[in-house]
Amino acid sequence: MYKPNDLILRTITSLIAFILLGFSIYLLFAGHNSPGGGFVGGLMTSAAIVLMYMAYGITVLEKFLPLNYRKIVPLGLLVATGTGLGSFLFQQPFLSQTFDYFHFPVLGELELATAMLFDLGVYLTVFGVTITIILSIAEDR
Amino acid sequence: MIFTVLIPLLIACFIPFISKYKHKIHTGIFVFFVPLAIFLYFLQFIGTGFEPIRHTYNWIPSLGINFDFHLDGLSLLFALLISGIGSLVVLYSIYYLDRSERLGHFYVYLLMFMSAMLGIVLSDNVFVLYTFWELTSISSFLLIGYWHFKEKSRYGALKSMMITIFGGLSMFGGFILLSVITGTTSIQAMIANADIIMDSPYMPLALGFILLGAFTKSAQFPFHIWLPDAMEAPTPVSAYLHSATMVKAGLYLVARFSPVFTGFEWFFIIVSIAGILTLCWGSYMAVRQTDLKAILAFSTISQLGMIMAMLGFGTKAAIFAAMFHILNHATFKGSLFMVAGTVDHETGTRDIRKLGGLATLMPITATLALFGTFSMAGIPLPFLNGFYSKELFFGSSIELQEGATALSSFLVEIIPYLAVLGSIFTFVYSMYFVFGTFWGPKQLDKLPKKPHEAPIGMLIAPGILVLGVVLIGLVPSLINGTFIAHAAEAVYGGEVTQEIYFWHGWSSTAFQMSLAVVGIGAILTVTRTRWSGIYQAFPGKLSANKVYDWLMEKLDTYSSNVTRSYMTGSLRNYMAIILSAIFIVTVTVMLVTGGFTMNFEDLAPVTTIELAVVLVIMAAAVGTIFTNKNVAAILIVGMAGYGIALLFVIYRAPDLALTQLAVETVSVALFLLCFYHLPNLKKRNEPFRTKTTNAIVSIGFGTMVTLIGISAHSSDWFGTISDYFLETSYSLGGGDNVVNVILVDMRGLDTLFEIAVLGIAALAIYTLIKYRSNKGEK
Repeated sequence: MYKPNDLILRTITSLIAFILLGFSIYLLFAGHNSPGGGFVGGLMTSAAIVLMYMAYGITVLEKFLPLNYRKIVPLGLLVATGTGLGSFLFQQPFLSQTFDYFHFPVLGELELATAMLFDLGVYLTVFGVTITIILSIAEDR
Repeated sequence: MIFTVLIPLLIACFIPFISKYKHKIHTGIFVFFVPLAIFLYFLQFIGTGFEPIRHTYNWIPSLGINFDFHLDGLSLLFALLISGIGSLVVLYSIYYLDRSERLGHFYVYLLMFMSAMLGIVLSDNVFVLYTFWELTSISSFLLIGYWHFKEKSRYGALKSMMITIFGGLSMFGGFILLSVITGTTSIQAMIANADIIMDSPYMPLALGFILLGAFTKSAQFPFHIWLPDAMEAPTPVSAYLHSATMVKAGLYLVARFSPVFTGFEWFFIIVSIAGILTLCWGSYMAVRQTDLKAILAFSTISQLGMIMAMLGFGTKAAIFAAMFHILNHATFKGSLFMVAGTVDHETGTRDIRKLGGLATLMPITATLALFGTFSMAGIPLPFLNGFYSKELFFGSSIELQEGATALSSFLVEIIPYLAVLGSIFTFVYSMYFVFGTFWGPKQLDKLPKKPHEAPIGMLIAPGILVLGVVLIGLVPSLINGTFIAHAAEAVYGGEVTQEIYFWHGWSSTAFQMSLAVVGIGAILTVTRTRWSGIYQAFPGKLSANKVYDWLMEKLDTYSSNVTRSYMTGSLRNYMAIILSAIFIVTVTVMLVTGGFTMNFEDLAPVTTIELAVVLVIMAAAVGTIFTNKNVAAILIVGMAGYGIALLFVIYRAPDLALTQLAVETVSVALFLLCFYHLPNLKKRNEPFRTKTTNAIVSIGFGTMVTLIGISAHSSDWFGTISDYFLETSYSLGGGDNVVNVILVDMRGLDTLFEIAVLGIAALAIYTLIKYRSNKGEK
């Protein structure tokens, strides 16, 4: 069987994948005040994973990231629904969001919003969905 | 009074438990006491001083639908017929039906029918009446199809169902009209408000609908065709339903509503014509038949026509005669059906050509048949009730008032002649029935069984009925003032006193008509074999059955053709139909309401770069249509997608641009993955017509959407709410990215369900791929 020597791809991938992952995390956190958010962040993370998959193949990927992507989908949905249900604890209607400013020792004054948690749910779901779809189609024989 | 209606239904619920023991005791023995008790209950109301009784039980008071039971003379006559003949029929069926039959089913249906029939005649509420009316149709359907393994039974059951339900529904329409006109659901209140109904413009419609219901149920021409086919039912059913009770429900309806419509001339014209026509046609057709029950079926049709005609006349004498004949017909026709069933039971055939000379073998049956048929024929003997009512019929037909219009004057002139004509044929088939079966040469070798006299139990019920024939014949005044007069009063609305005499003298026109019937009838009977050619040839293909069969067949083929013409199974066709329908409806609505507007005032200037991007997208869109390589098509679609991302950038939507870029990349990659497994697109060789249609539909649809877009932009009815989002995004949502704040905070619910959709899609794709069955490949 023809085995390609894709040394360059693999080397660059190991570099770029981390940049992509970092950028996706940035997109997720920046979403509230700049362009970005959970949806794009999730897609970007999947892009990083797909890149790794294309460069190294499924066996290496599974060893390197032993994740069950299908379980990430309900996890994300659970987080998103959980933030909605959480507002009941404070006698608020479903999916009420709030925010406040806190002082942290190292980071200084920061804004924390419950909407971020919701965005995290979106992020996880989109990530899980994309990878599940691509991997199941790609592995299909 | 409600118990008389409900008890049969209640008992019917227990029949299945009783019929388990049918091998020891016949189920009918338990059932027999139900109609008997009801009969005895109603018997107490007979008397000269009878006054209507009214009971009310709430059912749906908010709609005015209640069990209003109103017992007047007419209801009493029918209730006694139903329960009395019901008892006799149950008695007869005990000996007629073998214990190996499905007796539980039979008696459940029969009791259901009895209950429904009592409900019809006692109910004063039109909607309750309709409910019971349909229940008789259903139980009659079940009884006709009792021997469901026979093809003809199923055909007859279906036919009667189709016709009577058709009439029932139209009657329902008439009831709704009447209750809307008068604002009440009570029949008595409608009669009291007859003048309101008469003035209403909807009155002819209501009359037509109600008469349609009555004519289909009572087997009037041309709806009579279901009755001969209903003869496939067991004989007790034929005797009960199709001679004495159910077919008289239509007569009851006409009689019940005749006080409402009696001032309307068309009521007289329609009902009289239908009745007389049915009388002549039914009696003529009966002469042609060779099956005993078919003769009786057509005889029933003609007798019902005669009663219907008398109800149409609407004079005091005619209504009295109609009520009298309802009773008389029930007695002799019930007994004749039982006789026919006995002959069938003992010889194994009902074909009159194989029968003959049974009088010496079955003397009692022959005697009963003799009384029954002579009464049916109206032979002037002083102990046959049929003669009295027939003479009253002739009498009332010549005493009709001259009508106002030419048509009704003509009818008044011609009705007596038609009445005599129909009665002549009645005489002929009556004589044929009795002499063809019981006298003449014996043909024992043709019979499947060796005939002998029926068991005594089988003869009791027809015996009692014949006793009734003779008793009423001997002393008609016994039931006149106490019973028949009350019924006639309920229909006519005023006091009715009529003496029934046997002897009116030679000069009486009615008596001369009777003599003419007997004379001509006797000649025709003796020379019957010479005319048989004409009898067989005349109606031939003109039968209404042919029309019914043709109608049913065409209905089937047309509806399947229509369905097949558009349910082609081709998705492309459905798509074209859906798009065209949307196009037609939307464009029509837009044009009618003046929705298309053009306003180019507040447009932004077009920059070069926008123009360039749009041109690229357009080129890509056109390119996808004409490419034949699937990879090329995917890539070109991707080009359009990236162009749109660029547009988002230009229109300052960074979030959308980011997402669009990522999604477009992912979907192009997915397309490539999928299409990797698929064969190349084939060169499509469609006919020019299909291509043209597709082009027209798609161009039309695109134009419509464009126009709607322009119109939506041109009309500025309400201000936008985006200002609110812009103002409060930071203060309430704590974020500068308004799009994201809207997505996760202000309208987080949408996002929640969108990601749920994504999750479901992922699971679905995973399931489709991983868990597909490989059975097809093996």
